[in-house]
Formats: sequence, structure tokens, C-alpha cells
Amino acid sequence: MAETATHTDHAADHGHHSSTGLSNNKLAMWLFLGSECLLFGGLISTYMLYRGRVQNGPHPSQIYDIPFTSVSSFVLLMSSLTMVLAVTSAQRDDDARTNLWLTITALLGATFIGGQVYEFTTFYREGLGFTTSLFSSSFYSLTGFHGVHVSVGVIMLLSTMGIIKRNKITGNKAEVVELVGLYWHFVDIVWIIIFTLIYLIPS
Amino acid sequence: MSTETQTQSHEHGMSDTGYIKIALILAAITALEVSTYYVDFGPLFMPSLMIMMVVKFVMVVSYFMHLKFDSKIFSFLFYTGLGLALFVYIVALATFKFFIA
Amino acid sequence: MAIIERPSSEVATPAVVAPSQALGAIRRPVASKGWRSWLFTVDHKKIGIMYGVVAMVFFIVGGVEALLIRLQLALPDGRILSADQYNQMFTMHATTMIFLFAMPMAGAFANYFLPLQIGARDVAFPRLNALSLWLLVGGGLILNASWFLGGAADGGWFMYAPNSGPVFSPSNGVDFWVLGLQIAGIASLIGSINLIVTVLNMRAPGMTLMKMPVFTWMILVVQFLLVFSLPVITVALVLLMFQRSYGATFFDVSQGADPLLWQHLFWIFGHPEVYVLILPGFGIISEVLPTFSRKPLFGYPFVVFSGASIGLVGFGVWAHHMFAAGLGPVSVAVFSISTMAIAIPTGVKIFNWLLTMWGGKIWYTTAMKFAIGLVVLFTIGGLSGVTHSVAPSDTQQTDTYYIVAHFHYVLFGGMVFGLFSGFYYWWPKVFGKLLNEKLGSWNFWFMVIGMNLTFGPMHILGLQGQPRRMYVWTEARAGEGLFNFGFWNMVSSIGSFVLAVGILFFLINVVITARNGKQAPADPWDARTLEWLATSPPKEHNFDRIPVVHHLDEFFHRKYEEDPNTHTMRQIATGEELIRAEEAAADSDIHLPGPSYWPLVLAIGIGVLGLGVVYGTPVMVVGAAVVLLASFGWVLEPSVPEAIDYASPDGDGHSKEIATHG
Repeated sequence: MAETATHTDHAADHGHHSSTGLSNNKLAMWLFLGSECLLFGGLISTYMLYRGRVQNGPHPSQIYDIPFTSVSSFVLLMSSLTMVLAVTSAQRDDDARTNLWLTITALLGATFIGGQVYEFTTFYREGLGFTTSLFSSSFYSLTGFHGVHVSVGVIMLLSTMGIIKRNKITGNKAEVVELVGLYWHFVDIVWIIIFTLIYLIPS
Repeated sequence: MSTETQTQSHEHGMSDTGYIKIALILAAITALEVSTYYVDFGPLFMPSLMIMMVVKFVMVVSYFMHLKFDSKIFSFLFYTGLGLALFVYIVALATFKFFIA
Repeated sequence: MAIIERPSSEVATPAVVAPSQALGAIRRPVASKGWRSWLFTVDHKKIGIMYGVVAMVFFIVGGVEALLIRLQLALPDGRILSADQYNQMFTMHATTMIFLFAMPMAGAFANYFLPLQIGARDVAFPRLNALSLWLLVGGGLILNASWFLGGAADGGWFMYAPNSGPVFSPSNGVDFWVLGLQIAGIASLIGSINLIVTVLNMRAPGMTLMKMPVFTWMILVVQFLLVFSLPVITVALVLLMFQRSYGATFFDVSQGADPLLWQHLFWIFGHPEVYVLILPGFGIISEVLPTFSRKPLFGYPFVVFSGASIGLVGFGVWAHHMFAAGLGPVSVAVFSISTMAIAIPTGVKIFNWLLTMWGGKIWYTTAMKFAIGLVVLFTIGGLSGVTHSVAPSDTQQTDTYYIVAHFHYVLFGGMVFGLFSGFYYWWPKVFGKLLNEKLGSWNFWFMVIGMNLTFGPMHILGLQGQPRRMYVWTEARAGEGLFNFGFWNMVSSIGSFVLAVGILFFLINVVITARNGKQAPADPWDARTLEWLATSPPKEHNFDRIPVVHHLDEFFHRKYEEDPNTHTMRQIATGEELIRAEEAAADSDIHLPGPSYWPLVLAIGIGVLGLGVVYGTPVMVVGAAVVLLASFGWVLEPSVPEAIDYASPDGDGHSKEIATHG
């Protein structure tokens, strides 16, 4: 998602119009997110189809730790709040607050990833390897894909912060933060669905 | 830092307190969701979980992602993808008789 | 004035000083001539030409594969290819033609002409455009590298599981196929997002959506199809990759898996993909037919909306590829009906084209011949397609040569003829020279005759029961009389070589034209759309000033005016005069996006990262490092170059000025 860089500092650029009056970058980001719906939809459907197909190893209901996952879901949900606060701070051109909220968001995201690493290792110890059963393969694929998305998001948050701090941003700062935010919230809403469909509804 | 948001010259129509309120509602719904794990909701179990999921989803998209306040074109792009995803995957799962079993 | 990669909702941000040298060390490329100017370019026109060259190379590769297939089947008990080689040949023929020829060639036209048709100076994200190109090249190389690294993929282009799993396809071919397609898929996804944003946001003033040329419209629909269908095949490919490389069992029946999952995921992508292939051809001939009929396109809104509805309904018909899979009567009935429904907007288009030609003063140029060829041949293919929507009939035809006949009429007769029509129509625009019309005529007639000889008999072969993908047939079971396999297979094989000669005529035409072709006039066809308002070939910045649009077919309306008394059009200016007027009123200050190393570096990184799936984690780590580095370089590099970037290393500030004008 390195494409969020933009460029505004050319005084000569002013005569340019955009037909919709909207930003190219935001349009691209929303399209990308629309496309991602079909990616995660496919992985979720695969999981739904295969969740009950356990020839070896533990069943979903035997292995899920709902209290633990609830906490990490809550952490990710709250990171959406801190993200949105980072965006409003950036729109007020308040660098200090922006960096503060970005840091907290990244920390919450990292906590979530830490939780996922813990969850995966626990599951593995309890006999649920990647190739144990169709359930395990589709579970790890789905949540792993989501985890990679969160990790990329954390890298984006930290990079954005670093670039703002060193004043090296090549575009509209508020918009860059907003774009990272859109991506971050999307990762969050995917987890909202995963939490309900995968964890809370027993197969 | 809650009242000065009026000065924001942006089209996004929410204040920081507004966002915090949304987050509190989301947290409350999540608590309710988790409670279904401990309390027996009977026949209401599935519908209530699905409704809460959708409400949370729509709230994050509408408020945190500003879709409610932003151009309709963004909504079109995103919801087209979401709608197609729902359509093709529900139909595909239906051919596996997923919803009958 | 200009451009690109810039948010429009500009808040008065304090002038942030951007670093002129990305990462503080590397200066961006500035060459305006030589190979560097191509390798690092972000100019949509150069990228478009490179797409075209790459696609043409793969067209020849895929064509040779097809000829080998036909040689093998020409006589009973063919010995040209072994069963295994035959499997690889038809798999790679289809994969190459679809993913490495048809889509990139349509991408070539889209890249080159879409910005010109909407009066823009480039696409919305020029660097992403370059990234798409290089990822496509990387995907194509990985796909074809498998020939030399233990054998190519051999599971057919839709690579049904579990046949494509590690048990039945033990060579690395499928691994390379999976990787190559994922990378090519990323390329298409990025490209489609880029083009959609370009169309939405970069239209010239006055160009509303309903004043856009039909080609642009069709390309827009295609990009939406790609954005929403590519992620689905990505899921399928990822699952297959996990199964083959990391031991998962997504399609392993013995573990309780359902192989139909692959079929669903593949065809949810695969059917929109069919329209991805054909709609650019429709778009091209919707430009060519009106131009050479000297009439506006009949029913422009119908053509546009039928194109859009083909796109939408195209997402609801995928299971008609799976009628033989045992989906159950309800599913089959539903998909049967939706498939019949999609024939309606397609039929609407055909009548629009016919009525465009009706009563027109038709000018039979080569471009026009190919366009008419498309209308006729696609209609044949479309009709045999309708026979497939009838499920019982389809059950008989599935996996026979009848299917092969059908989709070659649609794709060769439809898409390829559309693309060739585009070559002849736009060649003078791109290269400033007219392709030879006489050779073009030979090109056309050999292709029409060759194509019908090759694919026509396949209908008969298929109805006689010759299975698709059969690598030999035997005299003893060939049947007798008119329906003898031997006769029609021979006809088909001869036809394929006639077809090849036709394409050879095109290549000869290209060489001859490049050597000593006629300089093309500014407006050789009396064309209608905005791209002809630029010079031929267009300047680097496309338009000397951004045109203001008042009409559909703006260029035509600048040349002609309606006489209020007679209601006929009379010429008020020639194209050449218009272009000269634009030059005289040129904008004084045009900033173009600067060339960049990062798209190429990032594409290489992604390619290496992918190869790590086959060659192990260390390779993957190297790839990931390159990707990360390139991403940072990319983000930190301003899209419009600073003046200092043009300074040569010895400090001579004037030697390499490329991207400013006036």
C-alpha cells in the first residue's frame, strides 16, 4: 500500500481539475477495498464450507478460546477509534497528536498480532497444525491472511509516523493519514465478520 | 479536545466526542455478542448475532470511514464490491446446500 | 498545468518541501532517449506500446503452440507430441492466449488510447501503470520459464482440482502457473484500479460520462469486471498454492474436501473474464464502424448500457460452465435462465452495429473489414453459445470439440478480429504511418478463411463426439463418410496454417510499414473522437491544451456543422487545421510525471518473492526485502520531478530537460 504517496507542492499544478472533484488516491483506495471484499469473501466462504470437516485433530468448538479472542477483538475495535482520532488530528494539522494516536493505533494493532501469534502457537500445541484437517487449513488461511493485512497496516502506520516526523511526506498529510485509516478500518470490519461467523457461531 | 472541532474546515460531519460515542456503542454491542457465548439466546441466537455483526460493520463503515458523509461514488465503489461478494458467495454456498444443513 | 497523482481536494497545506532525491541517495532517471527512457518510463503511450510488443510476442508463442496441437491431430495416431507434451501444449496455449496476449493487448489499447480519448495527459497513477506492465512481464516469464524448469503446467487452462493437486500433477509446472497467474493478476488489478480512477477523474472539461467514446466505456466496464473478479481467482490460486507447496488439503477428496469449490471460485472469476476478453473488441469496432460508415453510432446509450449490463449479469452466470458437475436441478435451471438472459444485451449490440452501417457510405478499409468480420463471426459464436445455455444440450457438448469451436468463434472471431481492426485503425495514430492496405487485405482474407477452416469443422467434430483435449485419435474409430474424423481434422489443421499465414502477412506489413510506409495524414480516416485531435504520433504531453468537450464525437463536431436548412453536415474545418490551431494555443507550462526506477524494482521484488514459494524461504526473504525497499523509495519520491533531478552529474543544468514544454 505504498501507493498512498501524493504530491501537491507544485505551485504550477493548480489549473488541474478532477472530473468528480474527488481525490484520485481515495477513489483508488475505495476501489481496492471493494475488491478486497471479494478476497476475504472467498476465504470466509471456504472456511464456512470446511469448518465441520475434521477428520483429524480438534474440532473448532474444542479449541476456540472465546474469552481470549473477545479481548483481542476488542483491542482491534478500539484501534479503529484511535485511528479515527489520528485522522482528525491530522486534519487539524496537529502533528504531535497525530503521531500520538498513530503510535497508539500501531501498538493496539501489534497487540492484536501478538494475541494471534499466541493463539496460533496454543492451537498448534493442542494438535491443530496447518495441515491437520480441512478446518485447520481454512482457519489458518483466513485468519493468517487477515493477520498479514494487520501487520502490513502496522508497518504503514509506523512508516507514516516516521515520514511525518521527519517531514518527508510527499503529499497532503491529512489525506495520507486518512488513506492509511481507511485501510485500517477495513481490516477491522473484516475482523468484525470473522469474530462473529468464525468464533461465535459454533459449527 | 472535543469542542473545537467546529473549526475543522472538512466535510466530515463528526466531532471527536461523536467518534468516542460510536466506539462506546460498538464496545457495548461487542459485549452483547460475547454474552451469547455464556447466556442461551435460544432461537434468537443466530439472528441476533447476525444483526449485531451487520450493525457494527455498518457503523464502522459509515462513521469511522466517513462513508455516510463522503461522496456517493465512494459508497458505490465499496458497496458494489461488497454486494457482489455477498451475492456470488451466498449462491456458491447455496449450491453446496450449505444453508439447508 | 497538470497532472497526476495529486489529491484534488486540496487543503491549503504548508508547502512541504519534498526531497528531490528519493531516499536521499538515488537520483531519479531522466533519460529521454534510448533503452533507459523505455525501462523507467511512466508515459502511458510508451507503456501502451510495450504492452503491445509483449502481447504480440506471447501471441506468436501461443500461436506456435496451437500449430503444434493441430499438427498432432492432423493425422491419426499423431507422433509430434507425447501425451504429456500435448497436455502442456494446450494448457499453455490457452493460458498464454488469455492472460498474456488478449488481456495485455487490450491493455495496450486501453493504456494508449483511453487517456487520449478523454482528453487527459496521462493516467491517474503513472508509476502504478509502469508497475502493472513489469508485473505482467514477470508473470509471463515465470509462466513460460516452466518449459525449461521441469515442464509446463498440464491441467488445462481452468486447472480443475484435484487433477491439479500434487498427486496428479507432480511437476513444478502447476506451481509456476499458479505463481505466474497471481503476479499477472496483481498487475491486472493495479491496472484496472488505475484506469477506473483515470476515467472517473481525469476527463477533459465538459466530457460527461455519456459523452465518452464507446471504447472508453467498454474499457471502463472491463476494469470493473477485473477489480471484482480477480480477487476470487486469487483466493483459488492461493488455496491451490497452499495445497501444492505447504501440504494443505483444500481439494483433496480423501480428506473430505469438495473439488467443486475450485470450480466455483474459478468460474466466478472465469465468466466475467470472458467479457473482459470480448468487450475491448466490442469497444474498438464501436469506434471503427461509425467512422467508416460515415455515420454516428446507432443508439449510443443502448450500446453503453448493454455493455454495462453484460458486465453486471456476467457475474451471475458462472455455473453454466459446471452443468456437467451435478449441481442439482434448481441451480442448473437458475443459471440456465440467467445465461439465456445475457444473450439479450449482446444481441442489442449486434443490431446497433448493423444499424450503424445501414444506409452509411461504407468505406471498406482493412480496419472496417475486420470490424465487419467480428460482427459476423461473433454472431456465429454467440449462437452456438446460446445452445450451451440449454443445460441438457450442454451436457452433451461439454468437453467436446463443439465447445472448442464455440469459444474460438467468440474469442478469435470476436476479440482477435477486434484487436486487428484496432491495429489498422490506430496504427497511424501511434506510429504516424499507415499500414499497407493491400497487405492488410491479404491479412484479412487469409485470417477469415483460415479461421473458418480451422474452427468451423470443430462443430462437426464435437457433435460427432471428439473429446476436447484428446491427444490422438485412431483411424479405426474415426467414423465414415461426411462425418469422418480424419477429413475434418485435416481440414482444421490446414486451416490453422492458413490462419498462421494471415498473421504472417500482418507481421510483414508491420516491417514494411516501418521501413518505408507512407507518412500518414493527420486525420486519415475522417475520425470522430478526441484522440485524433493530438498529433500523430502524439506529443509526450498528448494535448497542447486540454480540450473542452461539448459533444459526443467531439472531434467530428469540430470538423462538421449541421446546415440548419438541409439538416446535412457540412465541413467547416479539417482535422489538420484543428490540430494546428491547438498547437498555436498551446499551454505554456506543462508538468509531467517523471520517470522512476521504483516500478521496475518493485516488480522484480514481487517476482522474486513469488519464486520463493518454489525455491524456499531465503529467496522469499530477499524478495520481501526488495519489495520493502522499493516501497519506501516509491513513497518518498515525488511524482513530478524537481528541477535538480535533471541536472547531469557534472552540474550542467540544461542537458537533460525532458518533461517541460514551452
